[in-house]
Amino acid sequence: MKINGARAIVEILHKEKVTTIFGIPGGVVIPLFDAFYEDKKINIVITKHEQGAIHAADGYARSSGKPGVCLVTSGPGATNIVTGLATAYMDSIPIVALTGQVPTANIGNDAFQEADTTGITRPVTKHNFIVKNPNDLPLIMKNAFYIATTGRTGPVLVDIPKDITTAEIEFEYPEKVKIPGYNPTLKGNIRQIKRVMETIKNARRPLIYAGGGIIASGASEELKKFVKITGIPVTLTLMGLGAFPGTEPEFLGMLGMHGTKTANYAVSRCDLLIAIGSRFDDRITGKLSMFAPHAKFIHIDIDPASIGKNVIIDVPVVGDARHILHEMAGYAEPLNINKWFEEIEGWKKEHPLTYSNDDDILRPQYVVEQIYKVTGGDAIITTEVGQNQMWTAQFYKFTKPRQLITSGGLGTMGYGLPAAIGAQIAHPDATVIDIAGDGSIQMNIQEMATISQHELPINIAILNNGYLGMVRQWQEFFFDKRYSATCLKRVQRCPKICNNPGENCPPFVPDFVKLAEAYSAIGLRIEKKSDVEGALIEAVKTKKPVLMDFIVNPEENVTPMVPAGAPINKMISSKEDAQNFLLA
Amino acid sequence: MEREYTIALLVVNESGVLAHIAGLFSGRGFNIRELSVGETENPEYSRMTIVVKGDDQIVEQIKKQLNKFIDVIKVNDLTNIPSVHREIILIKVKTSANRRQEIFQIAEVFKGKIVDISHDSLTLEVTGITEKIEALIAILKPYGIQEIARTGRVSISRGISHIGGIGNG
Repeated sequence: MKINGARAIVEILHKEKVTTIFGIPGGVVIPLFDAFYEDKKINIVITKHEQGAIHAADGYARSSGKPGVCLVTSGPGATNIVTGLATAYMDSIPIVALTGQVPTANIGNDAFQEADTTGITRPVTKHNFIVKNPNDLPLIMKNAFYIATTGRTGPVLVDIPKDITTAEIEFEYPEKVKIPGYNPTLKGNIRQIKRVMETIKNARRPLIYAGGGIIASGASEELKKFVKITGIPVTLTLMGLGAFPGTEPEFLGMLGMHGTKTANYAVSRCDLLIAIGSRFDDRITGKLSMFAPHAKFIHIDIDPASIGKNVIIDVPVVGDARHILHEMAGYAEPLNINKWFEEIEGWKKEHPLTYSNDDDILRPQYVVEQIYKVTGGDAIITTEVGQNQMWTAQFYKFTKPRQLITSGGLGTMGYGLPAAIGAQIAHPDATVIDIAGDGSIQMNIQEMATISQHELPINIAILNNGYLGMVRQWQEFFFDKRYSATCLKRVQRCPKICNNPGENCPPFVPDFVKLAEAYSAIGLRIEKKSDVEGALIEAVKTKKPVLMDFIVNPEENVTPMVPAGAPINKMISSKEDAQNFLLA
Repeated sequence: MEREYTIALLVVNESGVLAHIAGLFSGRGFNIRELSVGETENPEYSRMTIVVKGDDQIVEQIKKQLNKFIDVIKVNDLTNIPSVHREIILIKVKTSANRRQEIFQIAEVFKGKIVDISHDSLTLEVTGITEKIEALIAILKPYGIQEIARTGRVSISRGISHIGGIGNG
């Protein structure tokens, strides 16, 4: 079959069973978009900014497990997706990003809208390609999808010069990939798996610390089965939430900087830490030399480079979590760890996650709890980054994988709204809620238009505290309450020095309710605790986009908190604690 | 403990691959001390020899990261296996006619070749391991070294084992 490169790409996307792509057209991709004009199988979601397109593709991938595809033009189109690539790369999300490029003859000439896309994106992609010969296009695309979706999954970029899309090629989509330098290990070494089980049998205080790898490999059922046999308690990273049901007795909550005291105490006290699909990130370990000081380490990961990167591992196993957990379950038997469990139960009783809830002040934690209640714990939740994200992680009990869609590694503000688009498109009947901050929502607020145009019933819950809240919290704790550059209500006439939000503060800009209306969405402002539940019920019921502007207590903090660089069992909850920590 | 590691890489012979690999080192704050690249017996592949300094854990991490690269076919750490290492240096020395003879003698001791000569300078080519090259530089220093060009080492394991096949760990 002789067709041009653009048509070939459409055919390839059909073969890869891609049903939605996210993108924005531009000069060099006109032929490519032209090939989609009459195509009936692929839904093209045109976002308002390329960053929105790639985050939407990312949200689609995270919520469905299928690769997200985005298509943007050269130069600024390509540079605008860099943040999204980095976001996906840090969290190992499969994305195939197609970028237009100037015609091959013009490459290197500083042509109009030319950028060295493969050069720029090298450190933020799993791999990237530039197509220089039209006949290479099918194999490169085949390889791109394969690399993105296998091994430690991740974003792959294919840079496609304009003349490649207009050139006629003899089209045949290869059955097999051809990548000599790529052969990910899936099955764990059986000797190592036996060593793992031997080590577990001898442990008195074992603890599972699992992360996004469980979700990526679809190992939740296997993890649950293994835990139910052995009785080993589980803590999850932010990326792992939902991998094990947050409602089960073995679950200790999230660990790390804003983890539960129970989880962090358990890590500090355990004699065996079983890391599965997690990577000992600094937000997890705190002070590395004092992380799990009594423990032996088992590390199960598909990426050999993750193993031993930050912590020396006693028993490493390279491979896919699902396969390895399945094998492990075969050798598993109930452990006699009742005393360990009692210790944990004691911490759980003594240190539950709490906040002041005995007054009329509207607090963000309360909003998140109500969202959990109203949605029956069943919604797909996306978040922005900062306090909103941490409160969501703490107060929404995720029970299923792919239910929490959040930028963990890179911490990209502005992620949640476009990610919700991808999640809603992948799950048209699900309740999708973006829990946002008033700061980060504005970083991709333009995607409200995309939501309205596609009639997506996404709900947005802004926890509006008038601040870049997480930074403000650090300023309160560690910088003597010097609120430098974090007040979002600040106007020209405000005093230079101010750390006292109050009645006389100027109104918040923008007015989110009016803004919602401008985007043809429903806008609600909620200022009273008693109005929260009703607003949420109405929003979820209405099959239209609803933006809820919750005016919450401005100086609410995320607690507990491990100060950066401290051991994780040294958690603080207030400015006073922070002062004591700094003085110690 | 910090020491020097010699890593041989088999990589896909395509544009951008060197930049990828250099980017891995710079992006993670590792410094490349020596680097040489050339085509192999298979024109689809190039071979690189990279010398880095670091401790065991850092170098282990570098090797794992290199292995992860899709354009990297094979990573072979030659540091602890019997290997042959060679480097070429071209060294230009200031010299007048009456001191040339001394430098000829030095060249002979180092099994070097005079590859260029002028009224007031002389260029030597010497092949060898790093220590030999360093010794040559030290001995020529008093004459006035004008310019040095070094290739960085190329390294290959001894015996039948080879990077693309069996027994290369």
